Amino acid sequence: MRLSSLRIAHFHKAQMTQPCLSLSGVSKSFPGVRALNDIALDLYPGEVTALVGENGAGKSTLVKILTGIYQPDAGEIRIDGTPISLPTALAAFEHGITAIHQETVLFDELSVAENIFLGHAPRTRLGLIDWRKLRAEAQDILSSMGAPISPQTRLKDLSIANKHLVAVARALSIEARIVIMDEPTAALSHKEIEELFVLIDLLKKDGKAILFISHKFDEIFRVADRYTVFRDGEMVGAGLMKETNEADLVRLMVGRSVEHVFPKLDITPGALVLNVSGLSHPTEFEDISFSLRRGEILGFYGLVGAGRTEIMQALFGITRPSAGTVTLDGRPALARDPAHAVDMGIVYVPEERGRQGAVIGLPIFQNISLPSLRTTSRAGFLRLAEELALARKYAGRLDLRAAALDQDVGTLSGGNQQKVVIGKWLATRPRVIILDEPTKGIDIGSKAAVHAFMSELAAEGLSVIMVSSELPEIMGMSDRVIVMREGRMAGEFSRTELDAETLVRAAAGIVEEAA
Amino acid sequence: MNEVPQTPRTIPDRLESPFRSALKSWEALLIVVAVAIFIANSFASPYFLNPWSLSDATFNFTEKAIIALAMAMVIISGEIDLSVASIIALASTAMGFALQFGVDTPTLVAIGLFVGLACGAFNGALVAGFGLPSIVVTIGTMSLFRGISYLVLGDQAFRGYPSDFAWFGQGYVWWVISFELVLFLVLAGLFYVLLHRTNFGRTVFAIGNNPVAAQFSGIRVARIKFMLFLLTGLMSGIAAILLTARLGSTRPSIASGWELEIVTMVVLGGVAILGGSGSIAGVVIAAFIMGLVTFGLGLLNVPGIVMSIFIGLMLITVIALPIVAGKLRQQTSGAK
Repeated sequence: MRLSSLRIAHFHKAQMTQPCLSLSGVSKSFPGVRALNDIALDLYPGEVTALVGENGAGKSTLVKILTGIYQPDAGEIRIDGTPISLPTALAAFEHGITAIHQETVLFDELSVAENIFLGHAPRTRLGLIDWRKLRAEAQDILSSMGAPISPQTRLKDLSIANKHLVAVARALSIEARIVIMDEPTAALSHKEIEELFVLIDLLKKDGKAILFISHKFDEIFRVADRYTVFRDGEMVGAGLMKETNEADLVRLMVGRSVEHVFPKLDITPGALVLNVSGLSHPTEFEDISFSLRRGEILGFYGLVGAGRTEIMQALFGITRPSAGTVTLDGRPALARDPAHAVDMGIVYVPEERGRQGAVIGLPIFQNISLPSLRTTSRAGFLRLAEELALARKYAGRLDLRAAALDQDVGTLSGGNQQKVVIGKWLATRPRVIILDEPTKGIDIGSKAAVHAFMSELAAEGLSVIMVSSELPEIMGMSDRVIVMREGRMAGEFSRTELDAETLVRAAAGIVEEAA
Repeated sequence: MNEVPQTPRTIPDRLESPFRSALKSWEALLIVVAVAIFIANSFASPYFLNPWSLSDATFNFTEKAIIALAMAMVIISGEIDLSVASIIALASTAMGFALQFGVDTPTLVAIGLFVGLACGAFNGALVAGFGLPSIVVTIGTMSLFRGISYLVLGDQAFRGYPSDFAWFGQGYVWWVISFELVLFLVLAGLFYVLLHRTNFGRTVFAIGNNPVAAQFSGIRVARIKFMLFLLTGLMSGIAAILLTARLGSTRPSIASGWELEIVTMVVLGGVAILGGSGSIAGVVIAAFIMGLVTFGLGLLNVPGIVMSIFIGLMLITVIALPIVAGKLRQQTSGAK
C-alpha cells in the first residue's frame, strides 16, 4: 500500500543535502512585462521552502512554469540533477509535481474519491475503474490524515478547508514528490490553518519537497525551513528560516524597510450618516442595528460565515432582508438593487475581487468609469477623454502600478486590481464605502497603500465600513468594532477598549468566566 | 508617516497607438480576406465585375446582416437569440394574415415591426425576468414562433402583397443601390454608434465580460438584456418586411435555417461566441464576405449544398488561422 510510506518515515537525513528540484536562470516575459528574470530556486526533500514576495513579484508565474502551464523563455529545471522540460500540465504531473491553490482547482461535481484518484484510478483486469478499491484507498488516505470526510461526498458540498484536505490527499495518492501550496490558508479559519499545518508536517515526514507561498509571516515562520524571496521578478535572497527574522524578510521583499504601523488618523466622528435598525434575514443574520458617523471607520469582525458579508450585501441591494430599516442622512435607504445603492451613495468593494469586483476583460479605465458613465458621458454618448481623465486621476491617487490605462484589468496583480475597484467607487463620490476583506491576499506594499488611503478618506469625511478577519487590521484601522457571531451581533467595542483577546472571545462565543 | 519612497509615475493612456492596433486587428484581416475573394471572383467569372451583378450580390445577405447587427450585441452580452428566423416567419405570417383584410402598406409595416418587438419582448422577459438561459429559451421560441406560422398557414401561402410594399425588398434608391443595402448601411452606422459610442454599448461589453461584477458595479443587467432581445426582435421584424416584400409571398418555411447563418456571420466578424468582445465593423465586413462568397459560387453554378460546406470550412479556417499562427509563433520563440 502506498500509505505505508506515510506511516514509516523512511527517508534519510543524508538526502536532504541534495535538492530534488532545482531551477536556474529561469526567465519569462510577457508583452510589456518581465515577469521573471534569471531566477534560481532549490527545493529539498522533507523540507518546506517559503516563497515570499509582494504581489507581482513573479510567484504565480513561477508556479505556472512548475505546473506546465507557462513555458519559460530561458533557464533550466532539474529534478535530481537531470534537466527536464514541462511542456504540459500532464508532464508536470508525471514528474511528481502537484499544486494546491488558493481557490482549489478540483472538480465540484465529482466525489471526493474520484477527485483524489482522477487520472490514476485503480483499474480492474478489464481496464475499468475499480470503484470498490478506489473508495477503500481514498478512505485509507483520508483517515490516515485524520480528515473527517466521506469519500462518497460530492466535492461541492465541502468547505474550502475540506477541499484543501482533498487536494492534500490527492498529492499523497499520486506520490507527488514536489507539492506547491499557493496561499493555501487565504480562505481558512484559524483552526483549519492549524489542521493544515499538521498535514504539512505529515507531508514533510513523507519526504516531500514543499513550496509554500503565503503573505502571512506567522505562518511562514511556523512551517518553513527555508525561504526564497522574489522582488520584481528577481530572486533577491534565500536561506534558512532559523537564520533570518521578519524584519529582514520584509526588507528583502520590498527593498526598503516598512514599519508595520497602521496609518490610522485620530478623528472626531461627525454627524450621523447611516443608521441600520433591526435588519434581519431568514437564514443569514438577525436583528442587526448599528449607526455610522461621518469620518468614522466601523470594523466588522467575526469568523468566516458569521453573516458579515451578507449584511453588507443587503445594504448594497444584493441580498434582500426580511425585516428592518436603513436610513441614510435620515432618509429611508434600503437599496432595491446595487444601482439604487450607488445612486444613494452606498458602495461596496466585494471580497471576491476577480468574480464580483473587477470586470476582467475590460481595460483599467473602463473599469474605473463604469459606475460613473453618467457623469463622464454627454446625453448617453461616451466621452473617452473624460473617462481617461477620471481614470488617470484615481490611478494617480491610489498609486496604481500598470503599463497603460487601456491594459486589461485582469493582467494586474491582486493589489492593483483592488486599487482599481476602490478607485471605481471613489469616482462616484460616495457617502458610505463598504470594504469587504479589503486586503485579503494582497501584498504588503498594496496593503499599506490601501490602509493609508482608507484613513485619508475617512479624514475627508467619508464613512467607512470595513469587514475583516485579520485582527491587526481590525484593531489598527477601526474607530469602533462590531463583532458578529452566527448571524448576530456579539458585541460592540470602541477604539479604546479594543484588545485582541476580547474580540476573539466575542467572535468565538466564549463567555467571560465569573470571578 | 508612511515612508514609502515612490517615484510618482504617470500611467500612459495607451500601450499602442490606435493606428498600430488597428493594423493588427481582426477587422484588418477580414478586409484582406474580402479583397482576396473579390479578386478571385472577378477572375472566376466574367459576369462578376458588372454593377448590376454586384448589386444583386448584396440582396442575398442584407436581410441576414441586419439581424446580425443586433445578434452581435446579444452575443457580446453573453447571450444568444436562436429564434430570429422564426420571428421572421411569424411576422411575415401576421402581415400576410392582415393582408387578407386588405390593409395598406403602412399598416403592414407596422404589423411586421410590432410582431418582431413582441417576440423580442417575450424572449427578453423569459431571459431577463426569470433568469433562464437564453439558449434554451430561444430554442424553445424558435419552435414556438414558427409552429404558429405552420398552424395558420399549413401548406398554403399568403400572396398578393401591394406593389408599393414590394419596393422595400425590390426597390432601388439610386441607380444600382437598393433600398435594402442603404437601410443596412444606415442601421450599421446606428449600431456602430450604439455599441461603441454610448453608455449602453459599454455596459453590454461589461456584462459580457463579467455579469456578476457588472451587477456589483451598479449596472441593471436584467434591464439591458431585455432591451437587447427587444432589439433582435425589432431587427427580425425589419428583416421580415424586407424578405416578404422581396419574395412577394409568405410560406411558413420562410427564412428557415437563417439563425445559424446569422450566428456564423457574427462569429466570422470576430465576436467572441462566449461574449465580451467584438465589433460592428467586423460583422459588417463579414456580411460582405459571406455575400461575395455565396454570390461568387452561385455564378460558377456551384450547388447550394457545396456552398454551405464552403462557408463552414471558411468559418473554421478564419477562426483557426490566428490561433494556429499564435501557437506556431510561441513554439518558435520557445525554441530560441
